[in-house]
Formats: sequence, C-alpha cells, structure tokens
Amino acid sequence: MTTRAGAAPAPPRSGLAGVPTAPVDVTLTKKEFTSDQEVRWCPGCGDYAVLAAVQGFLPELGLRRENIVFVSGIGCSSRFPYYLDTYGMHSIHGRAPAIATGLATAREDLSVWVVTGDGDALSIGGNHLIHAMRRNVNLTILLFNNKIYGLTKGQYSPTSDVGAVTKSTPAGSVDHPFNPVSLAIGAEATFVARTMDSDRAHLTEVLRAAAAHRGTALVEIYQNCPIFNDGAFQLLKDKDQAEARIAHLRAGEPVRVGSGELAQVVVRERSGRLGVVPEHEVTRSQQVLVHDPHDPDPSAAFALSRLDDPSMQHMPMGIFRQVDRPTYDDAVRAQVDAAVTSAGTVVSLDTLLRGRDTWTVDGTRPGEVEQTLEGEVTDGPIAAAGDALVEEADEVAGADGPRTE
Amino acid sequence: MTDMSTTPLTQLDRVVIRFAGDSGDGMQLTGDRFTSDTAALGNDLSTLPNFPAEIRAPQGTLPGVSSFQVHFADHDVATPGDAPDVLVAMNPAALKANLADLPRGGTLIVNADEFSRRNLAKVGYAANPLEDGSLTGAGYHLHALPLTSMTVEALAPFTTLTRKEKERAKNMLALGLLSWLYSRDTAGTEAFLQAKFGGAPEILEANLTALRAGHAYGETTEDFAVRYQVAPAAMPPGTYRTITGNQALALGLVAASERAGLPLVLGSYPITPASDILHQLSTLKRHGVTTLQAEDEIAAVGMALGASFGGALGVTTTSGPGLALKSETIGLAVATELPLVVVDIQRGGPSTGLPTKTEQADLLQAMYGRNGESPVAVVAAQSPTDCFDAAIEAVRIATTYRTPVILLSDGYLGNGSEPWNVPSSADLPDLTVTFATEPNDLDDEGRPVFHPYRRDEATLARPWAIPGTPGLEHRIGGIEKADVTGHISYDPDNHDRMVRLRQAKIDRIADTLPPLQVDDPTGEARVLVLGWGSTYGPIAAATRLVRATGAHVARAHLRHLNPLPADLGDLLRRYDRVVLPEMNLGQLALLLRGRYLVDVHSHTAVRGLPFTAAELAQVLHEHLLALAAQEVPV
Repeated sequence: MTTRAGAAPAPPRSGLAGVPTAPVDVTLTKKEFTSDQEVRWCPGCGDYAVLAAVQGFLPELGLRRENIVFVSGIGCSSRFPYYLDTYGMHSIHGRAPAIATGLATAREDLSVWVVTGDGDALSIGGNHLIHAMRRNVNLTILLFNNKIYGLTKGQYSPTSDVGAVTKSTPAGSVDHPFNPVSLAIGAEATFVARTMDSDRAHLTEVLRAAAAHRGTALVEIYQNCPIFNDGAFQLLKDKDQAEARIAHLRAGEPVRVGSGELAQVVVRERSGRLGVVPEHEVTRSQQVLVHDPHDPDPSAAFALSRLDDPSMQHMPMGIFRQVDRPTYDDAVRAQVDAAVTSAGTVVSLDTLLRGRDTWTVDGTRPGEVEQTLEGEVTDGPIAAAGDALVEEADEVAGADGPRTE
Repeated sequence: MTDMSTTPLTQLDRVVIRFAGDSGDGMQLTGDRFTSDTAALGNDLSTLPNFPAEIRAPQGTLPGVSSFQVHFADHDVATPGDAPDVLVAMNPAALKANLADLPRGGTLIVNADEFSRRNLAKVGYAANPLEDGSLTGAGYHLHALPLTSMTVEALAPFTTLTRKEKERAKNMLALGLLSWLYSRDTAGTEAFLQAKFGGAPEILEANLTALRAGHAYGETTEDFAVRYQVAPAAMPPGTYRTITGNQALALGLVAASERAGLPLVLGSYPITPASDILHQLSTLKRHGVTTLQAEDEIAAVGMALGASFGGALGVTTTSGPGLALKSETIGLAVATELPLVVVDIQRGGPSTGLPTKTEQADLLQAMYGRNGESPVAVVAAQSPTDCFDAAIEAVRIATTYRTPVILLSDGYLGNGSEPWNVPSSADLPDLTVTFATEPNDLDDEGRPVFHPYRRDEATLARPWAIPGTPGLEHRIGGIEKADVTGHISYDPDNHDRMVRLRQAKIDRIADTLPPLQVDDPTGEARVLVLGWGSTYGPIAAATRLVRATGAHVARAHLRHLNPLPADLGDLLRRYDRVVLPEMNLGQLALLLRGRYLVDVHSHTAVRGLPFTAAELAQVLHEHLLALAAQEVPV
C-alpha cells in the first residue's frame, strides 16, 4: 500500500515578491547577464556548467537585472559573481550568508543569491550557514559540493569521504563528513534540494523552484573538480549507473530508483526506517514512500537524505523539503514598519533626544531648574532611562540574565 | 514630598557618595535614581558604576560587591570623584571592599542587620567592626542602622508580600534616607516607580512606602546632626537630561542616520559593556532602526557590511574580544571601500579579561589589528555625553570617505552618566549622502561607463552605487582591485598604487578636522598633558588641581586617532615636555613617538578603573619638578 501525499498548500508568497520586474518591452537574455570578465576556472571544471545554467536561467525570472545580487565567500566557486553582470560581492571565507542576511534584510527589493562551496559553507562558514537557514532569510544559496578544497590545491573538505587520500591526508581522512542535505534539514531549512552540475535541465528546474521559494533555499550542487577530485560523481553521471542509482524526488510520486524490471522503490519498514526494495517485492508490512516535500514533519525528508552513502548506491536528487514559514527579513521589516506606522505622526529626533526626564536651566537665573517628566519616546514600555546596567534586571524582577562574558 | 525636617542645613559645594552592596541589593538602581534626582536639582554630576561580571556572585562575598559612585556639585564636575565622602555599605562585604577608599573623617552609613556572625565570617571579619570601635576609632562618622528590619517594619501592612520580598525594598529605604540627608526631592523617583510598577500596584506601593519611610526616618531620627544642601551648578542655559555614554552613543547613531538620510542597520552580538547600545537601539524601531542580533561577532559585522552595500548605515557594536573577531570583515570593508561604523566599548583585556572594568588598550588593535596595509579611521569619545558627538563624527567620516570607522569608547564612559545639554537637531551637521546614479567615466571607445573605483578628487572616496541602480551593475570584493575599473588585478604596480590610495584617503580626513583646542589659559605652560578617550575628565580635574597651586600646565585632548590632526606635531613640539596618561601600557605614546619623534612621557595604569585626579596631579607635579631640575645650572 502507499501513503498519501499531503495536499499541496496554498501557494505562499514568492521569493521574488517585492523585487521589481523588468519592463515588458525589455527582454533580457543570457548575454545581458554575462559580464566582460574572463572566466578563470580550470578546463573541465563543473563550475562552467553551473554558470551557464544560471546565466541562462536568470532571464526567465523577468527581474530587473540591477535588482539581483550575488554574494559569495572564498573558494573556486566563489568567483562566480565576477562572471555575472549583476551587482555582486566576492566577500571573505565563510561569511557570505551573514553579509547576504544584512543585505536582504535591508533591501526587500533585491533578489539575493549566495554562492558557496563545501569548504566555505560547511567548514569555516558553518555557523553562518546554519543560522541563515534557521532564520529563514529570503536567500537562494547555491552550495557547490566537490568534496575537496580546490583553490588551496587539494586538501580534504568537510564533505570528503572517510579514507579520502588528499594533500593533507596522505594516510586517508579520518574525518566523518557532513551530509549537506541532512545538515540543512536539521538546521530548520525550509527548502532543501540536491542537483548536479552536468544535468542542466534538472539544475534549472531546481533553481526555478528555489528562486520562487520565500525563505532560505539551500541547493546542493554536486560539482566535479577535474584537478583534485576528478570523477567524484562519475557513478551519477554515467548514464547506465545513474539510472540504477538516482532516486528522483517528485512530489506526490513514489520514490523510485531505476525502471522496468529492475525498478526499486523506497519503502517505510515496520520499524519506521526507510528501505529500498525491488518494486515487485514490496510486502504488506512495507509502505511505499510517496514523496511529500511539503510535509511539515521533516523526518521523511531527513530519512531520504540518509539513503545517500559513499558508495552512492541510492542517491536521492531533487527537492527534499519545501515548506512555508515566515522569513526573518520579512518579520524584521514588519516590526520596523509597524513601529513607524503606530507612531502615527513622525516622532521627531528632538523628542527622542530629550527623552522623558528633562530639566531646564534658565539663563537669566543661574541654577534655576524646572523638571518635566515627559511621555515615553521609545517603542518599549520604559526602556530608555535607567536600563543601562546589567544589574537592574535583578533588583526589579529577580530574573537571571545571561552572563556578561 | 514636603520637607518637614528641622535638622539644621549645612551648605556644601560638592559631595561624593558611594552606594555599595551585594549584587542583588539594587545598588545600581539606587545610584541611578539618586543621580536622576540630583540632576533634577540642578547639580552638575558624574557617576561611576562598578559591578562584577557575574550576575549573581555568591551572596555576601567580596566578588559579589557592586557599587555606584556619584559626584555632585554646585560647579562643573569632571570626574566621579577620587574618593567618596560618604560610603553606604549594605553588608560586611561592601564595607570591606570599599572602606580603604573612604578617607578618614568620612561618613559611613551601614546596614547593621547584615552584620551577622555568618556574614562577617564570609569576608574574614573576626570581630564586628560596627561594635569593636575600629571604625569610630579610625575617625569615621559611623551610622549603623538596621535598614533591613526598618524596611520590613515599614512594610508590615503589606500582608501578601513575603519577608524576603519586603527585604528587597531596603535599597529604596536607603535611597529615601540619603535623599533626605542631601535635600533631594524624590518626585522623580516616585514617577519612575509609578511607570515601572504601574502594572503591579502592591509592589509599587511597597517601594513607595519604603522610599518614604527612609525619608521620614531622617526627619525623625537624631542620628544625623545636620543635613546637607548642594546648590545647583551654574550651567549654560538649555534643556538637560542625564545620560550614560552608551545611551548617548545610541542616540548619536540614530541622529546621524536621520541627518544622513540612511536607515540605521545594527548587527550586534551581546557583549559587556556594549550590549546596552543594542538594547537601546532595539527600542527605536519607530525611527527606522533595524537591529539584528547575529549568531556571532563575525556575522554581526557581516550583516552591517551587507546592509551598507545595500545603501544603509551599517553599524556594529562590540568590545575588545569582539573587535578581534571582526578584523577580517573590517579588512573587507577597507578593500570594498564601503561605509561601516564599528563601535568598541573597551574593557580590560587580554582575552576575556575584565568584562565589566574599563581600559583603553584596544587602540593598537583598532589601528593595526588586521592583515595587510589596512588603514581605518579611528575616533574616540571623551565623556559620556561626548559619545553622542563622537558617534555623529564617526558616521560623517564613514559616509564621506566610504571607509570603516572604529569608534572607541570604554566601560567607564559607557556606563557613567552626566547631565547633557540636549542639542537641537537643527544644530546637528547635515550628513546627506548622495548615491551614484549615473555612469562616471568613458570606456576606451568613448561610451559612458561606470567605474566603481573612480575616486572623488577631494576626498579620494569611491562612488557608492547601491544595488537597484540601473546601469551601474558592478562587483566588489576582497581581492585587489584595479584602480578606477575595480576589476580583479594582481598587477604589482596597481597593488602598490591601491595600497597608497587607501592610505591617502584616510590621511585626507585630516583636511576636514578643526584645529586642536589647547587649554593653556596663561600661555606660560611648558608642560602639555595630552589625552584621548575617557581620561578627559581625570586630566581636566588634575589640571585644575595643579593650577590651583599656581603652577602652569597646558592640556589638549584628541578626538581623532587616525588620522591624527594635522596640527598635532607642531603642538607637541611647542612644549618642553609632553605627558600622556593612558589606561594601557603606552599605546598612543608609541604612535606619537614614532610619528613625530617627540619624547612623549607616558603615564600608565591598567587597574580597570579610571585615573584619579589626585594621582594625575601628582604625576604632573613630578614632571614640573623634573623640568625645573633640568634648568638648574650644574
């Protein structure tokens, strides 16, 4: 028997809402999104394919080019913004999600994209990545995963397999790797997908959904590094092998690997765990898993992400999770807007500066003072005057604050 | 409340009171309220809160002692006072920790109820100092009063409050008593309590009752032979409020944001003693202020920089350890030449150091704490109210020169308060920013083109073209940029040029600085005492003490530490001796010696506390003597 896919939710606000669209008489093409800079990746690098797919896809969004921003960190893939004729910032190692969070929150009218790699996002920038996803900032994050450090010439990365022999692990890596999809789901991401550099159609399809998603969309892109980790994903690129290994995730459909006589399906065992069994051998105690990326419960998506192992026996590709949750930047702006609006008339700077407890010194009578107690000038009930000290919470409420270090 | 007291009044020109107690005794609030009521009376004043890093150190122990010192006078006040005239000690630990600072003859008001054998033993008192004659024998005027039991007694009608809850109001009783003793009106505190506890009528009434009971006790007791009055100070006309340095800094940022026409976006991670700025700004959303509490210090500055890239006024606030973490992003802001204000409320270091104590030891970190040649502007605030002006100046420099600016304050300024003659917004500088909207150059074929690193001739600032501006799409980043075009460049000559251009841009800031103000009233001084940051008050007070002896000393204070003012070199050379007190091991002295080849005499202390005026006066006297000795013919 099969489980029923959850009903598709009402379409949430688009990730592109608020971003101005290009005039109807302007048709942008790939050419307009291609900068005049010479692309400097190694020959055969998977980054070329991703760049071409993105340049080819961006016109489809119909946005004004000047309202698109790419922010990257450090690493081969982080050179990406230089090759796109949009606004861009090639920042520092690991920090792109933080910078993009500030930008996206300050500017609702921008479509903000982050380009990062497995080292940039998952090692030095791991903290920023998980917190961006937890907050659900309206960003599309393209995580190029080649399971190796390229720009520093071939050390193992946080996604390298145990045993990987690299420049810095001549005896084989002993580090257990991250599974980026599992990590993202665990970090409360609202959109998590996996695709591949060489599958342009699938990549574009995922990008389309990611761009439309309001909130943080994490797209893991398997990307080949021909110099330091060539063939890392060959099993998924070889047509015959791929057919038998890739489980295409499609909403409302059983999760199936392969086809015809050899077709296998993902089932939920009586124990609750997922298994992969030949389709014709499914027993009464097993439920064929029907993919539901909109399920509020992330456990099935997480379990699917665990089907992946270094042998790439079963490799789910596509959108694991796609749920609607208020975004951080929308909420932050809403609070500011509400405060500004509820103030009614504009609160003058002078009122703010004077505060609520002033006295006047009259020049004609030195020392003569007159005290006035005015109304509040801050948003909160009584925030301004005496709250400067860590101790105060104690005396009035007895509440324990955080330590001060 | 109406003054019914018949105790004779004595006029004083100045008083320093220190409230000391356990961390949970409410000394900061007590001091804060006494300060507000004192300000309302028209005295000039200055305060020094001093509290432990632990929110609740074990009760009754020395590490748990928290104190608040307030200096008020009928004339202008430069410091919170070297030593208290009156020490209010709420328990044995507070007495023990603070007694050494109270000069002989000083007044002691002690909560006798807390002097139990157990509490005495906790801090190593073998005998009760209130009873063994040691305090009176040493010449202190001791008032040992059962403040706790008086409070509980006064609150007897409040049958639903527990004894423990009643005891907590003892700070209000002490405040009432001190208000009586120094003829302060408590109307302001009553209004404060009304606002604070308006939703809890019983708590409100209990606090008001304790406050009034303390005042009434003063009126009826014969324990105090006289009460005191300190006349209002003659201050320039204006509307005044009391304000802490951190509050003033927050308001300065908001004012600058409005004057610049840029929304303020603060990225911050909580850290003592800077968190108050985050708290304060988070309440000012109606002024268009956005506050983002980041996952760490690095993200905080990253968010600020991202907002700046988007055309907002990006600000981050921190203390020394946080500044260390932000270094790389500040370097990115140097390379991308975007405005960014980084506020460092300095505290004792290195590492975690002394989180709640003050120091000036981040100067070299601010100047040089980044990789590569990475110049940033550095400005410093000199007093709590000056934090407002310093914040506006930091924003002016950041937006005009498209550069990170590090604004240095410290724990002493941040938590200290003083009266502030509130400026009118119309008198604040116009900081209007113009974004680039048009191409600014021609390409090789003569077509209009936008070059993100084509500089303004006067300021050397690059154009600020924000995303959303059609036709000006460009990429910036941390990789070296080609001069003018902003393309990636590894060219040796280009790098040399860009390094020098970034330095020259910072140096150009000096062109817009006003001449240094030198306080040398007679023009006869041969010793110059120079300072920066929070030493302003102690230096001013010390200078007064020295001049009162008939000696001559000149004084100047630096707002700008990078670039240094253009006229500083001449000023240093004009005096036979330059003395530079710093709460570090001589960081500015190192810079000045290197830059001007002037033999700056450094005086340093890193005790987590501001200099006292007496200490600096002594140092200045020694230098005056040494200079005179050099002149003695051999």
